[in-house]
Amino acid sequence: MIWIVALVVFIMLAAAIAVLVLENMIAAVVAASVVSLALTVIFALLKAPDVAMTEAAIGAGLSSLILAIGLKRLGYWKTTDKSNVSSGDNHD
Amino acid sequence: MTKYASLLFISGLAFFLMVITGFLPIGNSPMLVGNAILDSAKDQVGAANVVTSVVLAYRGLDTLGELSILFAAASVVGLVLTKSSFNKSPKEIEKPARIESEDSGFVAINAIDLIFPLLLVVGMYIITHGHLTPGGGFQGGVILAIAFSMRNIVRPKQKSVDHGVVTFIEAFAGLSFIVIGLVALFSQGNFLQPMLDQGQFGSLWSAGTIPLLYLAVGLKVGAELAGLILALNTDEVND
Amino acid sequence: MMNVTIEGLLYFGAISLSLIGLFGLLASNNVFRMLLALVMFEAGANLILVLSGFRENGIAPIFLGDNAGAVMNDPVPQALVLTAIVIGVGIQALALALIFRVKKHYGTLDMGIIRSKLEVEIADQAGVAAPGSNQAPEVVDVTGEAK
Repeated sequence: MIWIVALVVFIMLAAAIAVLVLENMIAAVVAASVVSLALTVIFALLKAPDVAMTEAAIGAGLSSLILAIGLKRLGYWKTTDKSNVSSGDNHD
Repeated sequence: MTKYASLLFISGLAFFLMVITGFLPIGNSPMLVGNAILDSAKDQVGAANVVTSVVLAYRGLDTLGELSILFAAASVVGLVLTKSSFNKSPKEIEKPARIESEDSGFVAINAIDLIFPLLLVVGMYIITHGHLTPGGGFQGGVILAIAFSMRNIVRPKQKSVDHGVVTFIEAFAGLSFIVIGLVALFSQGNFLQPMLDQGQFGSLWSAGTIPLLYLAVGLKVGAELAGLILALNTDEVND
Repeated sequence: MMNVTIEGLLYFGAISLSLIGLFGLLASNNVFRMLLALVMFEAGANLILVLSGFRENGIAPIFLGDNAGAVMNDPVPQALVLTAIVIGVGIQALALALIFRVKKHYGTLDMGIIRSKLEVEIADQAGVAAPGSNQAPEVVDVTGEAK
């Protein structure tokens, strides 16, 4: 039991440091959503089902959606791949 | 230089917090208010979910404050992001707005079209069963908001969600929450006191006005967050 | 199952999460990264609140058919954190709308450039000379004309 909790706490702290360190903004938003996922698992382990459901619906759903809309409108929605089109939503 | 000063402040704060949590009774919290609520929630309110009865009956005023904070945030977003037309000449205002972004790809459009009715059913189920199982108005309202706003995100050029209808639903749900509380005030003496007889414990029609209050909260939160995302997402360009 | 060392580990994780978020808020160079650090900080604060009402071997505070006398966790911090998470996402959306306006007004999201432009604007409004340094950036008026 203690190893499961230690693993989840380690994933949460590593993703939290990755939010501040990574340069690509898309990767930083994905790391923020990994922190929300680990937090949901911790809330479920603490026997608090209402809070876990709220954190799952909001942290991994609405917060990531709002941050992704912000990325698109601020001009950060690009990868560093220089060989192809620079926008992230080409569909061919 | 800022980084080193911030690190010093953070380490001092970490030491302070560790010392405080070292003195807390870890694993055996005293729960003075919680024990009283757990003993009397079954008889006074009649909802199976104790967190629901705390949110809506014992701390109902805090829920009203939370609804007003969300309302303030949504209206400030609407104020900040609209294009002001005070300084423009009438010729400029008459030009139609052109939306720049395109539709999403094949996978996103078909996935949203397939998932949309399922999201509606799951959202309404979670809202209406909030007093029996874990869930309630906030969780279900967020799921409804995601369902309605995703339809606009994958097809930006079509008007998928009517802004007037969303505003009307939000206003009506917020007003009905306050009206139920005022009716409880005038008939029983306390604002937001649970009324209407408590039915059989554990069935869907139990706990008086608690399901109605959660329905109002769920619709208000859902409509408000959907309107917020729509306001953040519009990128009309006036030439 | 859950004993004291597990909860001590969770307290350590929650405090470090909120302090990592606070550090990012103080010392980051990009305004959007400040918003991400604010998300971390709120998540850590909510976790500390829920941890304070935990009891050893407690179950979820819901009256099912057969658990009348079992030890339950504290329902009051869970109810407060429920509304706190929803308020948090409303504040994130508001901060994002303000970041859109900052980008539109200053043209960039770098904190150093924004600070120097702010100093010049405030000095202009007050009618005094702007504080300069020997490495001052080129001051461009926000309507596009270079001074």
